[in-house]
Amino acid sequence: MSRHNRGAQTGVLALLAAAGLVAVSYRALSRRNFQRHPGDSAPGRTARQTRFGDFAVTGKTITINRPRTELFAYWRDFSNLAGFMENIVSIQPTGEDRTVWTIKAPGGQTVDVETEIVEERDGELIAWRSVEGSEIEAEGKVFFRDASADRGTEVEAIVAYKPPAGEVGRWIGKLFGREPGVQGRRELKRFKMLMETGEIADACYHAQS
Amino acid sequence: MRALTWHGHHDVRVDTVPDPEIINPRDAIIKVTATAICGSDLHLYDGVIPGMMPGDILGHEFMGEVVETGPKSTLEKGQKVVVPFTISCGSCYFCQKQQYSACDNSNPVDAQDLSEPLYGHAMSALFGYSHLTGGYAGGQSEYVRVPFSDVGPIVVPDHVEDEKVLFLSDILPTGWMAAENADIEPGDTVAVWGCGPVGLFAIQSALLMGAKQVIGIDHHPHRLELARSLGAKIVDFSRTHVGEALMEMSGGIGPDAVIDAVGMEAHGFAPDNVIEVVKQKVGVAADRGHALREALITCRKGGRVSVPGVYGGFLDKFPLGAMMQKGLQLRTGQTHVQKYTKPLLEKILNGEIDTTFLISHRLPLEQGPEGYKNFHDNQNEWTKVVLRPE
Repeated sequence: MSRHNRGAQTGVLALLAAAGLVAVSYRALSRRNFQRHPGDSAPGRTARQTRFGDFAVTGKTITINRPRTELFAYWRDFSNLAGFMENIVSIQPTGEDRTVWTIKAPGGQTVDVETEIVEERDGELIAWRSVEGSEIEAEGKVFFRDASADRGTEVEAIVAYKPPAGEVGRWIGKLFGREPGVQGRRELKRFKMLMETGEIADACYHAQS
Repeated sequence: MRALTWHGHHDVRVDTVPDPEIINPRDAIIKVTATAICGSDLHLYDGVIPGMMPGDILGHEFMGEVVETGPKSTLEKGQKVVVPFTISCGSCYFCQKQQYSACDNSNPVDAQDLSEPLYGHAMSALFGYSHLTGGYAGGQSEYVRVPFSDVGPIVVPDHVEDEKVLFLSDILPTGWMAAENADIEPGDTVAVWGCGPVGLFAIQSALLMGAKQVIGIDHHPHRLELARSLGAKIVDFSRTHVGEALMEMSGGIGPDAVIDAVGMEAHGFAPDNVIEVVKQKVGVAADRGHALREALITCRKGGRVSVPGVYGGFLDKFPLGAMMQKGLQLRTGQTHVQKYTKPLLEKILNGEIDTTFLISHRLPLEQGPEGYKNFHDNQNEWTKVVLRPE
């Protein structure tokens, strides 16, 4: 199934190639504008040119039609995360606020990251950071905010990490579908599916044996 | 089991494939008793919808008997059900607004990656309709897995014949929503481009909603006759200047509402269409928009434009100026089927709506490829094909 999807994806991406060219020329033109711009309200990670030192920053916001406290409680129990995070092999607690995450990496390998919780506000925020000596330096935050007009909860997850082999590592990771930006987006959507419907959409027409 | 599968441009086959199984708690398995070929299946047959893979099981209009249920399905074995072509969870923001075809949760996340760059957002999953809409197996098969079976399928009385209710799965709600999107007011003139199944049901619905006159536009004589038999006036675009005719037939005002039930594969020899047929064949700009352009230009000032016709890609020369200057309102979308199944079932059961007139051919599933070929090549006589697994 996934091979099928990748084939279809190539077709769709080909359709978009022309649109990409247009975007590139637009950017070239807009550089002629030397006037200073006021800082806008958008999250920094959506900027056209991002600079966070050696760190890549990725983040995504999603609205889930469930109460904030329920979502927070589910997330805070880290053992639940492997249920919707495809690239998590296991999550082992190693201390009160410490956890080892074993994450799938490109080429069938795994990477261990030990993290500790650095900030927690009940029902609102969980922030964590890799401890010294981890294979990947990373930190992340998940915010839970009430959405407007009873739409449920806005969940915003931000992850900053040092790519294993710089830009090249990130590019290779992207090709393998293990790039945290792509993966994070998919995982938040799976979290939403699980919370809103009790299951995760799967189009396979027969169970995989 | 046997299933009708897509293999490429004008290549569908009946293959033996694995039986479906329950995967998620809310699933059910349906033994298909009747399934139809939809006009929009012809867009797949013609290869103009992106995201199809060889071996995909087609079919999004189907009904049957519940034979297996997941632990959270509310269906019971033995029930007779009609299944909406839109797969919708019932609990997301959109489903709760009854915008079922915008469901957030039925389209698997990897399939959403395909449609987000193309459309900006992923739509609900659909049965048997490309990997852009989930890649779910369709119902032109002996058995089909139905996700969210507690929300979608409508249970129908055992004694009702399949053919009376089968079209609740798509084309009847689609025709009804097309008329609803036209915001019909008493005394209105409504023009409907395309007298295929959806156009005919839109005509039927518009008349039930109180339009003074409904004008059906097509070039197939038999389809025009069917429109006339429903109470519509008819215009044959191969013989008549459509725009002039509609102006004259509406007292020089133009139709109050226009419905494009044609979609991305318009017929005819209008210059824009001839160019777009060529472009579609070489893969540049997927959609042919002659019917929609004509509808926009013909619609009266301040009128309503309803587009149930399927479009998949990009359209050139869209008459946005006419639309803006005349203050037209445009409403479109895949049908929110689950919103309409119950009220329309009632209208069928109390005799207000009959849809069986449409069925021109009944074939066993094994002859599905023949059904596709004829529905595609002989549109005048082949108005609707119902397939039955044996």
